[in-house]
Amino acid sequence: MNIDGVSTGIVLDHIQAGKSMQIYELLELDKLSCSVAVVQNARSTKYGKKDIIKIDALIDLDLDVLGYVDPNITVDIIKDSKLIEKKHVALPETLTNVIKCKNPRCITSVEHGIDQKFRLTDKEKKIYRCCYCDAEFKV
Amino acid sequence: MENRNLISITDLSAGEIDEMIKLADDIIADPEAYSEACRRKKLATLFFEPSTRTRLSFEAAMLDLGGNVLGFSSADSSSVSKGESVSDTIRVIGNYVDIIAMRHPKEGAPTVAAARSIVPIINAGDGGHFHPTQTLTDLLTISRKIGRLDNITIGLCGDLQFGRTVHSLIEAMLRYENVKFVLISPEELRVPSYIIDKIRDAGTEYKEVTKMEDVMGELDVLYMTRVQKERFFNEADYVRLKDTYILDAEKMQLAKDDMIVMHPLPRVNEIAVEVDSDPRACYFDQTLYGKYIRMALILTLLGIGRNGKKA
Ligand SMILES: [Zn+2]
Repeated sequence: MNIDGVSTGIVLDHIQAGKSMQIYELLELDKLSCSVAVVQNARSTKYGKKDIIKIDALIDLDLDVLGYVDPNITVDIIKDSKLIEKKHVALPETLTNVIKCKNPRCITSVEHGIDQKFRLTDKEKKIYRCCYCDAEFKV
Repeated sequence: MENRNLISITDLSAGEIDEMIKLADDIIADPEAYSEACRRKKLATLFFEPSTRTRLSFEAAMLDLGGNVLGFSSADSSSVSKGESVSDTIRVIGNYVDIIAMRHPKEGAPTVAAARSIVPIINAGDGGHFHPTQTLTDLLTISRKIGRLDNITIGLCGDLQFGRTVHSLIEAMLRYENVKFVLISPEELRVPSYIIDKIRDAGTEYKEVTKMEDVMGELDVLYMTRVQKERFFNEADYVRLKDTYILDAEKMQLAKDDMIVMHPLPRVNEIAVEVDSDPRACYFDQTLYGKYIRMALILTLLGIGRNGKKA
């Protein structure tokens, strides 16, 4: 794999330095069969330092996960060495199975087989609330 | 409203609450017209934790509508003790009944149930989270006793930090015009800031005080709650504060002649027994209204009107 360029695949750019491994885990990139390169502490003109993830295939990505971890990430879709689409992510309105409710009295602490769902209740303060028990989760 | 669930009081619009209060008024005026309304219908009361008063109120409501009831009164007597999930329990019991009232110690359990259920779910209390039929009971009581839900000064007294009945009553009352809240509590047990934010956002007048005596004369409604000993950090604070929040005949002398006293019950010692004979004491009537509003709720969620006709 050529980490400077991806001929066909996805580049997650402008990741806040240090957050690439969290994304790697949340998106379960270890389960992919294609090659994945994680670049940490790359130089960025805009932010000083940044992380980059390059995925060597066009896979379906959960943009909500990216928006939750860092809303400044850009997603470059590359086909035949050409940038065909640049996507921007945002803090998602809902999160499903990304974070876990920490309230020990919440039904999600005992009931198996249900999704961990959160809704964004305060955009400025980045506060999510559990869809079951309304417990607060600050990003 | 037919086939909907009631998980939180905010699931209902102010208009829907008004309709339900009107229906309860009609049931009280002419109970005969509703005595067979739910014939051949079944209510399941699924109480994963015991609450005898709430369960009996639901069951009495359904029986007075001519319907039948079945269910369990604690997790020990149900399949839950064998480890069955809420989702599975609801999927099974939904096949037997027309509507379910459930109480569960875990917060959010009724939301899980509603996602799986083919029949309406009523939250009869989920831990310290919501108890919407208590709030409906409170609203019907105020409406019956005061004759309106707007232009009211309501005093809420006691543990305002953890009292879920207080929080949802505030949220429900915020929708009415010219309501004023007087929040009476120890410094340590004040209304949480997110509720205060909601009061402010609604542009509703409120004040926070620590002494009941200072505000008694202003109130149309005094809503008492218990100050639990375990909420205090030390014994001294508890002893210092507890009497401040006990309503007795002496404090009642400071109140208006037409003020009403409410309490979600059970009480411990926060209302002296001598107050019970005061005509302004409404807490036992409140439990009766609880049955009537549950009748109205069951009818509404089943889409049934007077004489069992489709609403
Ligand atoms: Zn939760």
